[in-house]
Amino acid sequence: MAEENPNLSRRSFVTHSLRVLGAAAVVGGVGVVAGRTASARGLWQIDPDKCIQCGKCATNCVLLPSAVRCLHQFGMCGYCDRCFGFFDPTRNVFDTGAENQMCPTDAITRTHIEGPYYEYHILRDKCIGCAKCVKGCTKSGNSSFFLQIDQSICVNCNQCSIAAVCPPQAISRVGDDRVYRIRRKAGA
Amino acid sequence: MRRAMWIGILLGGLWPAAAPAAQNFSLPEFETGHKLPTTDVPRQPWMDRDWLDLSVFVGTLGAGVWLVHYQRSRRGVFWLTLFALAYFGFYRQGCICPVGSIGNVSLAAGTGYALPWLVGIFFAIPLVLSLFYGRVFCAGVCPLGAIQDAVLWKPVTVPGWLEQALGLFAYLYLGLAVVFAAVGSDFIICRWDPFVGFFRFSGSSHMLFIGGVLLLMSVFVGRTYCRFICPYSALLRMLSLFSWKKVSITPTECIDCRLCESSCPFGAIRKPTPAGRVLPTPRDRSRLGWLIGATPAMACLLAALGYLSAPVFASTDFTVKLAHLVADAEKSGATDPPDEVKGWKRTLESPGDLYSRAARIERSFEIGMAIFGAYAGVVIGLRLIAHARRKRLTGYTADPSSCVACARCYAYCPIEIERRTGKRPQLPTEPQPAQVVVV
Repeated sequence: MAEENPNLSRRSFVTHSLRVLGAAAVVGGVGVVAGRTASARGLWQIDPDKCIQCGKCATNCVLLPSAVRCLHQFGMCGYCDRCFGFFDPTRNVFDTGAENQMCPTDAITRTHIEGPYYEYHILRDKCIGCAKCVKGCTKSGNSSFFLQIDQSICVNCNQCSIAAVCPPQAISRVGDDRVYRIRRKAGA
Repeated sequence: MRRAMWIGILLGGLWPAAAPAAQNFSLPEFETGHKLPTTDVPRQPWMDRDWLDLSVFVGTLGAGVWLVHYQRSRRGVFWLTLFALAYFGFYRQGCICPVGSIGNVSLAAGTGYALPWLVGIFFAIPLVLSLFYGRVFCAGVCPLGAIQDAVLWKPVTVPGWLEQALGLFAYLYLGLAVVFAAVGSDFIICRWDPFVGFFRFSGSSHMLFIGGVLLLMSVFVGRTYCRFICPYSALLRMLSLFSWKKVSITPTECIDCRLCESSCPFGAIRKPTPAGRVLPTPRDRSRLGWLIGATPAMACLLAALGYLSAPVFASTDFTVKLAHLVADAEKSGATDPPDEVKGWKRTLESPGDLYSRAARIERSFEIGMAIFGAYAGVVIGLRLIAHARRKRLTGYTADPSSCVACARCYAYCPIEIERRTGKRPQLPTEPQPAQVVVV
């Protein structure tokens, strides 16, 4: 018994050292990996110039409704009377009846400013990111409507499930400081 | 003003299609002095929650260690589980979690992609903790474990051999997840996370279905996901074997009363070897020698299989798929290619660049799958070797790698009850050695 004790303590010393070494290896390994990589925290963001308005943002987000919203770059808007982001061009009547609007959720308001000019606002709570208005505005307007990921909703998944299916690969992780890339004017 | 508009339209028609955004109409000059509103850009409120997440995480782990090993309180662990389910599950919507962080760490290790500091810490802390205190993370902090533990109602016993065989899947899943993330292709753990849909009250129908089936199974087979699927549990299992403070059913010494025998819903309690039985048996010994020789051979064989099967796995990658679509479109000269190809054309990348990018990913998959094959061979071999090396067990013990430290078994032990109340309860029968054959 007396001979076993030092033996036991030596053994426990060795196992304990190995344990501490193992812990150090885990921490060190993760530290090395983290140190090797850029430290900027990434947030998912859409590049509006790459977006082709395919509508997958509305259907592929893990959240329902999607974390993608339509934003409006007012500085690029033409304040058109007949906005084809707002009106459905296949209809002949241009009034605010639900059947004549592009938006399926009535998320766009149209207010008269002066003369032939109207201002359009997107209601964030209603928008589902379906890109119908963005498509209309891009095709026949100024592309002032654009899709972007609403960072107050996005849960910042490891892998964005929209990015995985986005045809033009317009969604990528960017640094914290470059979130909300706003639609740019051509040549700007 | 109108003229400006028409010039705008004309210019819009002349602008090349690749320009970022064609402006067909110029911004009006308002006579009433209307001011332009600014674009609404909601910020991310949770960015400031990093420190809160970390404190809650460390706090719950600390509380778990205290409750499991020092208080030995099942009730405490139960409330801790519910808290974790509420915070990490429903409030944080299942993200951030150490299980999914395997993907981030592998991706960062494989491709040099950024690893957020919080994710790195979430990955490392439970692993380090398991070297000292076992799987306390599983017991009280993991929301995936918590949701299954909460629905456990009538546990059935899974036969030992089945438990061991199905448990292998977790190791293989871990290897596959590491390969997919390390080549930069996919986070399969997060994509196939069965319970996150419940935490978010939304999700794809097939994942909700799988999650529902697993939850239903967990009513009878406790913690189905943890035991047979969870890739993080595979890491914790390996490390917990060497943990310093293991879960001990009895606070002092086992008296072989058998009361705790069926108290574990997760099949983690090992029965003592019956008297007169010699372990390892001669058959075990010969099997051990045979296995030690066979394991490297099996690793080589599976590595070759992995290498050969790599194209199947690589074909799930987005870039590889895109390269095939583009190649098809180029060959057929279709006027209306699929959305993917149209979208890719807007990136102005040359087909050659895309093909070489895809080829690089295919190559990474070949290497990754070969390593995965070798790993699978070693894992299966080691599992069999561990079985052949089984030793004599005295008293009822919780297997450190299978035990999730839920603290359920404590209350079954008469010595524990004596410790708590000061008097030993009347045993139903005389203490007797167990008449059980170790499987």
